[in-house]
Amino acid sequence: MFTHGFMSFAAVCVTVACLVIIGGFSLIIYNLSLFVSDMEQQNRVMVYVDETYDTGAAKSVGSKINLVDNVREAVFMSREEAVERFVKDQGANETFSGINPSDLRDRFIVTLEDNSKMEETVEQIRAIEGVAHISDRPEIAEGIVTIQRVLNIVSIGIIIVLLVVSLFMISNTIKLAMYDRRDEIAIMKMIGATNRFIRFPYFVEGFLIGAISGAAAFFMEWGLYDLLANRIMRMQSMQLLTIAPFREVLLPMVLTFGVAGLFVGMFGSVMSIRKFLDV
Amino acid sequence: MILFRNVTKVYSTGSRALDGVNLQIDDGEFVFLVGPSGSGKSTIIKLLTAELELTSGSIEVNGYKLETIKKRQIPYLRRTVGVIFQDFRLIDNKTVFENVAYGMHVVGASSKEIQERVPYVLELVGLENRGRRLPHELSGGEQQRVAIARALVNNPAMIVADEPTGNLDPQRSYDIMMLLESINALGTTVMVVTHEQELVNRFTKRVIAIKDGKVINDGMDGYYINEET
Repeated sequence: MFTHGFMSFAAVCVTVACLVIIGGFSLIIYNLSLFVSDMEQQNRVMVYVDETYDTGAAKSVGSKINLVDNVREAVFMSREEAVERFVKDQGANETFSGINPSDLRDRFIVTLEDNSKMEETVEQIRAIEGVAHISDRPEIAEGIVTIQRVLNIVSIGIIIVLLVVSLFMISNTIKLAMYDRRDEIAIMKMIGATNRFIRFPYFVEGFLIGAISGAAAFFMEWGLYDLLANRIMRMQSMQLLTIAPFREVLLPMVLTFGVAGLFVGMFGSVMSIRKFLDV
Repeated sequence: MILFRNVTKVYSTGSRALDGVNLQIDDGEFVFLVGPSGSGKSTIIKLLTAELELTSGSIEVNGYKLETIKKRQIPYLRRTVGVIFQDFRLIDNKTVFENVAYGMHVVGASSKEIQERVPYVLELVGLENRGRRLPHELSGGEQQRVAIARALVNNPAMIVADEPTGNLDPQRSYDIMMLLESINALGTTVMVVTHEQELVNRFTKRVIAIKDGKVINDGMDGYYINEET
């Protein structure tokens, strides 16, 4: 096992580097998705209830809104609360202190499951009896949806490219290690070793290389991520960004690094040895 | 037993290495296969060990029909044929004992079997005191003996030696041939591929001569190549 120490070390280093790059990129994508869905949360539809409805009747409109497909939640805000918030938003300016709540309407703040379906959802809500007016901002919703789609396509593309590059690099590294051992493999074949017998130690070695690489890459990623996240959080200009703590993605990251490391190690070894077995 | 029936081998380059070869080598025989470079000797060895596939005809080696052999059966065929090469093909970082034991290890022998069998085989080839040496610490003749020990260790039905004395001086070459003769006397079929006329003629054995992919002579009359054939 690990009889060609330097090549095994090289394989571990290449695997770790590739896994850290892929992991790092995935974490960036994850944080950007969080940021986009945060923006999405803020893009709400305001549904105003007919002013002739009293509070009880207005609330009943809410239960009908909640029944509409694609509505995640409809939060009721009474006219009194609306006045209070308005005055507060204006910096408690006395000019607005005389507003009568009866001049406003009861309303629901509605958040949607999928903003790309905003237009049809708004139409369904508009059809509900008691709904007087709807204030929506479809252009923002469309913008967010577009950003999300672009982000998804770009991230999938980049991760695929990185994975292919990683497999290529790892496969080449392992092939070099195998090339170093081709005479030994040829001797084994000549004296009657079965392919399974020849593959087994390389398979185990690939497994160990993958496991060690996966573990090393995971802890390296964790350390780097925490370091960068702390720095970003301390920067004034980055206050708008919320960085997810690493613990939030701990389990998926363990699984991803473990599976990717083992897959790449074992698959790389077994695939690389194939041409040397053809004797 | 080796049985070639009308065997032809044409490489993908179009080169015809063997052309309708017929030969039979029975169990327990000692045979020299001789011929100039490029005559087809190495192709015969590669066909015998299923390193190459034949183009037409049929080959039977120790009960395996090579024209229909399945890939998974090839290791088991090779266990019946011990092959020795001119360049010894030993593993440099393993001792003599380990190199020979490796032959048993790959076929799944137990440690006990290995501990019993390897010293016996090393003694048979005259290397009982060299077990702990590395290959590079031995002379060429001794390295070839290690290769013979490794070929013998699984008690194959046949030993095929491909130019086994090509790297050795005449005395060591003769010693190796004597060793192969003594192995043959124990019942193992031996086929020696060589182009060393003088060495062949020191032994009174069956000689099969090959030229341009055809058997041109098969008899007990020593190394014979008819240049006009």
